[in-house]
Amino acid sequence: MENTNKRYWKGIEELKNDISVVKNADKEFNLEGLEGGTYRRDFLKMLGFGVAAVSLAACNAPVRHTIPYLNKPEDIEPGIPNYYASTFAQAGSYCSILVKTREGRPVKIEGNKLSGVTKGGVAAHVHASLLSLYDNERSKEPTKGGKKTTWAELDKEVSAALASSTNIRVVSNTILSPSTKSVLADFASKYPSAKHVTYDSNSASALIEANGTSFGKAVIPSYLFNKANVIVGINCDFLGTWLSPIEHSAQWAETRRLSSAKGGKKTMSRHYQFETGMSMTGANADYRGMFKPSQEGAFVANLYNRIAAIMGVGSQLSVAKADFENIDKCAKDLVAAKGASLVVSGSNNVAVQTIVNGINSLLGNLGNTIDFGTTVNYKQGNDAAMNQFVAELKSGAVDAVIFLDSNPVYDHLLGADIAEGLKKSKLSVAIADRANETASLCTYLALNTHYLESWGDASPKAGYYSLTQPVISNIFNSRQGESSLLAWAGKSSDYQAYVKNVWTSSILNGKTWIQALHDGVYESPNATVLGASFSGNLAEAAAKVSSVKSSGIELLVFENVTIGTGIQANNPWLQETPDPVSKVTWENTAAFSQKTAADLGLEVGDWVNLTIGANTVELPILIQPGQANDTVTVAMGYGRTAAGKAGNVGVAMLPLLKGSATASNLWVGGAKIEKTKSGYTLAQTQTHETYMGREAVVQESVLSEYVKNSKAGRFEPMIATSDGLKKPYSITLWNGHEKKNHSWGMVIDLNTCTGCAACVVSCQAENNVSVVGKAEVARAREMHWIRIDRYYSSDAPEEEGYSVAGYKAMETASANPEVVFQPLMCQHCSNAPCETVCPVLATTHSSEGLNQMTYNRCVGTRYCANNCPYKVRRFNWFKYFENDNFDFHFNNELGRMVINPDVTVRSRGVIEKCSMCVQRIQAGKLTAKKEKRRPVDGEIETACSQSCPTNAITFGDMLDPESRVSKLLVQEEEGRRFQLLEEINVIPQVNYLVKIRNKDGVKKAEAVAHTDHSEHAGH
Amino acid sequence: MSVVSPIREHLVTGGKTYHDVTEDICRHVEAKPTKEWKIAFAISVLVLLYGGGWVLWTWWEGLGVWGLNKTVGWAWDITNFVWWVGIGHAGTLISAILLLFRQKWRTSINRAAEAMTIFAVLCAASFILMHMGRPWLAYWALPLPNTFGSLWVNFNSPLVWDVFAISTYFSVSCLFWFIGLIPDLATIRDRATGVRKTIYGALSLGWTGGARTWARYEDVSLILAGLSTPLVLSVHTIVSFDFATSVIPGWHTTIFPPYFVAGAIFSGFAMVQNLMLVTRVVYKLEDYITLEHISLMNKIITLTGSIVGVAYITEFFIAAYSGVEYEKYAFINRATGPLWWSYFGMMFCNVMSPQVFWFKKLRENIVVSFVIAVVVNIGMWFERFVIIVTSLHRDYLPSSWTYFTPRMGDIGDYLFSFGFFFTCFFLFSKFLPVINMAEVKSVLKSSSEKKSNH
Repeated sequence: MENTNKRYWKGIEELKNDISVVKNADKEFNLEGLEGGTYRRDFLKMLGFGVAAVSLAACNAPVRHTIPYLNKPEDIEPGIPNYYASTFAQAGSYCSILVKTREGRPVKIEGNKLSGVTKGGVAAHVHASLLSLYDNERSKEPTKGGKKTTWAELDKEVSAALASSTNIRVVSNTILSPSTKSVLADFASKYPSAKHVTYDSNSASALIEANGTSFGKAVIPSYLFNKANVIVGINCDFLGTWLSPIEHSAQWAETRRLSSAKGGKKTMSRHYQFETGMSMTGANADYRGMFKPSQEGAFVANLYNRIAAIMGVGSQLSVAKADFENIDKCAKDLVAAKGASLVVSGSNNVAVQTIVNGINSLLGNLGNTIDFGTTVNYKQGNDAAMNQFVAELKSGAVDAVIFLDSNPVYDHLLGADIAEGLKKSKLSVAIADRANETASLCTYLALNTHYLESWGDASPKAGYYSLTQPVISNIFNSRQGESSLLAWAGKSSDYQAYVKNVWTSSILNGKTWIQALHDGVYESPNATVLGASFSGNLAEAAAKVSSVKSSGIELLVFENVTIGTGIQANNPWLQETPDPVSKVTWENTAAFSQKTAADLGLEVGDWVNLTIGANTVELPILIQPGQANDTVTVAMGYGRTAAGKAGNVGVAMLPLLKGSATASNLWVGGAKIEKTKSGYTLAQTQTHETYMGREAVVQESVLSEYVKNSKAGRFEPMIATSDGLKKPYSITLWNGHEKKNHSWGMVIDLNTCTGCAACVVSCQAENNVSVVGKAEVARAREMHWIRIDRYYSSDAPEEEGYSVAGYKAMETASANPEVVFQPLMCQHCSNAPCETVCPVLATTHSSEGLNQMTYNRCVGTRYCANNCPYKVRRFNWFKYFENDNFDFHFNNELGRMVINPDVTVRSRGVIEKCSMCVQRIQAGKLTAKKEKRRPVDGEIETACSQSCPTNAITFGDMLDPESRVSKLLVQEEEGRRFQLLEEINVIPQVNYLVKIRNKDGVKKAEAVAHTDHSEHAGH
Repeated sequence: MSVVSPIREHLVTGGKTYHDVTEDICRHVEAKPTKEWKIAFAISVLVLLYGGGWVLWTWWEGLGVWGLNKTVGWAWDITNFVWWVGIGHAGTLISAILLLFRQKWRTSINRAAEAMTIFAVLCAASFILMHMGRPWLAYWALPLPNTFGSLWVNFNSPLVWDVFAISTYFSVSCLFWFIGLIPDLATIRDRATGVRKTIYGALSLGWTGGARTWARYEDVSLILAGLSTPLVLSVHTIVSFDFATSVIPGWHTTIFPPYFVAGAIFSGFAMVQNLMLVTRVVYKLEDYITLEHISLMNKIITLTGSIVGVAYITEFFIAAYSGVEYEKYAFINRATGPLWWSYFGMMFCNVMSPQVFWFKKLRENIVVSFVIAVVVNIGMWFERFVIIVTSLHRDYLPSSWTYFTPRMGDIGDYLFSFGFFFTCFFLFSKFLPVINMAEVKSVLKSSSEKKSNH
């Protein structure tokens, strides 16, 4: 272009040299319009900073709040546990406990040895109740119509509604608490129309009624199993669920304990059990017979007739003579043990209980093994009163109803009627811990506390009292039921003062409140055992039992040991605890005998439709040895719909019984079974049923042999050497471990272990054992550190063993098998196979005889688990905490509060196993050291040994000659002591005592007679 | 008495000259990849990626993605580990023992066999890592000084012996293989241009081909062969100690070391057979890998197969003779228990199927040889599965008896090792000479043969 003065301009502003143009002259683009936006460079800067900041933030460990005490509470030392005596009393289930708290947080429940009732024993569901405290699915607030409300508002509205009501009902399960009853009385005095209705899901109403007619005392007496030489349980799971199982277990075990010492106790009770399904109690019986639910009456009447005939007293009841396996033998033994025998029935049928009363009267047991001097309060439910309430509710006659910690819509036979009737009641209040099946239908939810947040008391038996005290302040905006009732009654809702007042005025009798609170119990028992005179109408009862008609397959609903009636269903510990007998977790099953299953064409892994009338449920089947033919038994307590994630599993059974004449006795005839699908794997922790004749695993004998030879049943392998036969221990490659100070060991008495699984849950709580859920249990990956192996006997003659057919025969359990329970934890082998194979020395031997596991050293090759002959090592297949795939208590902050701070929570990829509660050993040693003394025997207890209701597990220092363990070992050295798999010479620290059954002969000799009987039993 | 010396069959047929050998082998290295190679390679990489996904998932989620349980702590993981290690053995046997025994026929197959060894050992090692609950801590199994952060290892543990055995084996095999490659790499270097020349030049370590170099090469080969020979026996012996030193019935067996070594050679030869038959066809190497080779391999397969057969029967005899209840049950359970099918698979594949090679016609039939080789490898996998799983799933306490069902994680991780192995093998077959040119040239003519004209 030529040189010219021609000028181009962009706009008039530039031409005029406008100020804005001059200002932006150095900028290529006019960004005025973008002012306030993000420029490229700024964006990059911010991006860079952001990335850096985020990555820096990611580098920091997540913040975990540890809040130090500003003012340290008195009595709380960080790291030192405090123990408080308290009481578990839930729907009549009772246990006196100690609660271990750490920094104000309850972390473990132990037995209270001061209690004369439970004597330091704890049941599985009591241990597990700790976790229910930290249940994230409890409601957080009181509600009205499902919406959050305040207590003030709720109190105002409920009080107003109550004041205008004319027919008030308070519905509860059995209440053991004198103070609660006093509160109810106060409530009734404010609202005169208020009536208290008590029901029990698994009712003993008929027992009370029968006692009323038989003895003129409508109460339940104490049963003294420890004074009985012959014990007969008739559909009565007295070791597992009936009335007071912890107490009964201890009494029963007293009669089963033996001593191999010279002049030691060589007698034991003989236990007969007659039942439909295989209960835990039946599994512990010496002789067992089976009947269908419809034959229950016929059975007791026949037993009565046989006893009467042998004794030559009383008149024969007019019932058809029927044969049952072992009934004749039972009658003979009962008569021989007159006055020192005991017949108990779990039936909820008045006629049956009347005949049982007749039997006990005939045998002179009243006043000997049955004590009316100390009556028990475990079951107070009154079926008639409850039925009347339901009728009134349905008719609309009840205008206000309060459910005090009860859930009848789910756990009462007439639940559906109650649900319907509730619509007609003007006021409905549920005092519950969550919007459960009943509470969700009520207008108001007066949020209840957990018992560990509450004050309370209990009187399980006449003369026995115990206190409940809070060990943590209320986690949610809850208020305990009694306070609510007091508030509505217009009284001070300070329940602590109320309880104290009740105790000081009418219970303590001069003793101090502080002492009672410290001990947890106050007892002034009636020492004299009282009898009663029988005046029942046996003829009428006999007529009633003869008239029972039934056809087809009979369904019996029972209460199992773990889930019970389903109150604590939403408890992952309980759900994952295997049923003691079936070893099934996380669901209920339809149990059939082998023969019935074969008749119906059912196989393991099938599901069936179980139809009663118009109702059908679908269930997986279980083939249960020891089940009566043509029956199906299913556990109650499952199939909840509003319990929570863990609890809403399985199938609810009570609705199926509705409308049947025999429903109150929990059975019904005419069940239709139809196979629906197959190939299902039950979440069972044990799938093989027999011990394959392996005497190095289970050693057992019978009393008659044991009396002759205290080593009866012992299997003593010998190893052939050039110097002749030698004991395995005498030949070894190893130098052994020097134990200079302690040698911790155990003795487990197979004779007194009932298989109740209390130790399993106790261990789970103590050692932070993960819950893995149904799918993982089905894959055989449960994490329990202690398990209870349950073996059935088989009919195979042993000599057939070493052939293919022989082994197959040994795999099949008998139709009515003998059962043995064997608790198994790490055996702490002195020559431990696991220790030699670990490449990184993650598992080593301590100088105190413990096989110890170093989690943070473990790389997870699982070689140790493979090489463990006892298969007690557990591998963390996944990360079981803070993992949505395992949405149990370890996956929420509240649930994790249950973690024992003394025990590491294991990470993914490491092996774990029983440590013999090394944290307790260390704590005990430390206490002793500080006091400059040696630990005293009994001071240190493992979680399992501490909780055992029968003291079947004894723990202690084997180097201390005064310890119970040492004494037991000396006593049984030439007797029942054995170690598992002795011949492989691993030398466990855990010893077992041979199981002795009180039978006439060893099983093989009886096999013939046994098959003869079983043919009759089916009629 | 007169002795007639048999006239030996030619080890290389087709009247190949030195130059032909060079051309035949180098052609594949120098030419563009063939379509078949591309397809095969693509499939291998896809399998590797799919399997690799599962491996990552296994590491991310935990070993729960496998089918293992409280009783069966090892199943496919260690089965695969032992299987791959076993396969590796043939390479070492061919290159070391056959070298020492002057078995000249080995020259055509030793290169591929050694490559197979290395890849197989890598696959095996991947399962050592994978089977750990916390594989990121695998280095804890090494006896590193405490200052490194790890602690001392447990020299009592067969797993530590394994670490030594496998790492030694891998190092020596790599060295042996690479030393053997040098003259051939130099050949390729001499023919190559550009980048390829640089790479192959670097790899051939300045090989001159002088007489002194050749002499040293021969010496090193002999020394390495001498080192490797005990490894052939020791590695699988030590692997067998994982089981033999335990207390588990079915594992606790003194027969394991020889039985495992025989089994390893058995499966390794079968794998070599498979790979060679494929390479032979794809690369048209019929003149180098002759029917004589195939027949000789088949003879060894039949021999070692029969040895393991005898071992299986001996185990049964000892179990019955021992009087030990658990041993007796363990073996009856193997054959008749819930996992009977795996035992049957093992017996059929390992003991019965190789017996067809008693017939010359079948022995020299390529299709039959290939099929039986596959069957043998399936059988050897079953053998390890039988030993590991059927022993574990029902050991001492019947209460803990379980069953084993594999899950997708097991399958995916196994596929990963296949993908890895074949990806490596195809890369090898493309970029390195699959047949040892230098050694083949040394057996090209027998002394009686008339020198051809060229």
